[in-house]
Amino acid sequence: MTREYNKVEMMICASSRYLEDGKTVAVGTGAPCATAMLAQKTASPNLVILFEAGGLAPALPQMPISVGDSRTFFRGIMAAGMVEMMTTCCRGLVDYAFLGGAQIDKYGNINSTVIGNYKKPKVRFPGSGGANDFASFCWRTLIMTVHSKSRFVEKVDFVTTAGFLTGPGAREEAGLPLGTGPYKIITDLAVLGFDEKTKTMLIESVHPGVEVATVKQETGFELIVPDFIRKTPPPTDTELRILRGEVDPLRLIIGRS
Amino acid sequence: MNVLDKGINALFMDPEPDNARQFFAKKSRAMTDKRMNEKDAVERFIPDGCYLAIGGFGANRIATAVIHEILRARRKNLGFFGHTSTHDFQLLCAGQCIDRVDIAYIIGLEARGLSPNARRVMESGEVQVCEWTNYALAARLKAAAEGVSFAIVRCMLGTDTFKMSAARVIECPFTGKKYAAVPAVWPDVAIIHVHHADIYGNCQIRGISIADLELARAAKHVIITAERLIDNTAIRMRPTQTVIPFYLVDAVIEVPFGSYPGNMPYLYYSDEDHLAQWLTVEKDPQEFKKFLDHYIYGVSSFEQYLERCGGLAKLKQLQKLETLVDS
Repeated sequence: MTREYNKVEMMICASSRYLEDGKTVAVGTGAPCATAMLAQKTASPNLVILFEAGGLAPALPQMPISVGDSRTFFRGIMAAGMVEMMTTCCRGLVDYAFLGGAQIDKYGNINSTVIGNYKKPKVRFPGSGGANDFASFCWRTLIMTVHSKSRFVEKVDFVTTAGFLTGPGAREEAGLPLGTGPYKIITDLAVLGFDEKTKTMLIESVHPGVEVATVKQETGFELIVPDFIRKTPPPTDTELRILRGEVDPLRLIIGRS
Repeated sequence: MNVLDKGINALFMDPEPDNARQFFAKKSRAMTDKRMNEKDAVERFIPDGCYLAIGGFGANRIATAVIHEILRARRKNLGFFGHTSTHDFQLLCAGQCIDRVDIAYIIGLEARGLSPNARRVMESGEVQVCEWTNYALAARLKAAAEGVSFAIVRCMLGTDTFKMSAARVIECPFTGKKYAAVPAVWPDVAIIHVHHADIYGNCQIRGISIADLELARAAKHVIITAERLIDNTAIRMRPTQTVIPFYLVDAVIEVPFGSYPGNMPYLYYSDEDHLAQWLTVEKDPQEFKKFLDHYIYGVSSFEQYLERCGGLAKLKQLQKLETLVDS
């Protein structure tokens, strides 16, 4: 059976499956909001979603356009503030951080600050926001980003948010909480994980119709290619119906493909 | 205490708690009528060069009327607390009001995209910068609100965000753990939009508080805009709902729809058309100038701005959008 879906839809559906029912997830702005809502409306009705501005466990009626808008605490458990949300993460109660990214390296370090020289940047981006906080505190960081050579680079221009920094032991050495770090990178081509020993990125599964060679070609550093690479299951009819009909009817996120 | 590492950027504000205490020692505790208009509030509490913080979350529960007045008053060389800022920062960049900024989140409008003009301003190299994270900045306010000179956080560590900050890495005297120490910040002035306030500045907020409770307690001066003024008796009937007490507050301004074009929880949703218009018109500096003249410089009141944005008909739509969410 074949279904029509675009790359962003594929990326969102693949990502949503990592947000298991009953877990806690701190969600970043943009596509991660749509993904968390899709997860909540499909396999994970009891997913506890935290927003940095203070929203806790909303029953999302629509995709929030801001992680601080009123939808982020619609029929929620609590409408608190940033210190409450961030300290909850820092205490070790939050399973996943779920972020978007601008530029990423093989250790999963994220740049959302500048391209080029810091003092007089070629491109200035927003900066950390809450991303550095979430990725420092939460147990596992999920990152969704479009796959291209300009985004997947050997060395990011600026480490805004910590991945595995410079390799094994580096997070712990820097003082970050033990046992935390990037977990999966979900792109429009593949799902990437990390090698236990080297803490560098490997290919875990490729999306339907995508060749491993394409993934390698679109990556600006040497990816580990294991002998066995899974195929990512395609979006289901239910996922697509809910994503298009309820999560993003205005196509704010899925229309970017 | 061992300092193991230091961020290299300069600190904009004095982290000395006894200096802050000296200021608060002289701050009036009188429960007086603090009503004034936004023009007088900017004139009295926001001089050129001061360090400003804005409550809310960028385009959610922001005090738009006071920000517009800052532009009309042609304020210059302001320092800015760039915490969760989106449309508020876009406005300050439009008015070329700032020359230094503590950055956690600037330029972006979240899922809506990046502000072309704010990018131009920040890519010019003319604004002095220091990097932080949203939590680090909230923690800096928390430390100030506690009357101490720094807070301990477990973020920023190991990153360039730390390197380009003014934080320190310190060693825990009990466990030897490494933490980031972030200095307290007592902003010269904070502007915060709330649901209800009385004439003395006792405030009620519905929904999330973001970092506004800490901000109101850290800032030396606080300007409140409120959707609605309520009687002091109404405050006293429900004291558990008071989140900002009067003695923190210097000015109270009643501004219905005061967070427009931003969202105000339970009352009205953000005007996405108007915010999208900003992002489009900013691409062309000539068009942008005309746009600013029409919506900000060429109006004499916030009411007139609301009129130019579609008036009551538009506001009713936004109310409906917000209540649809709540139905």
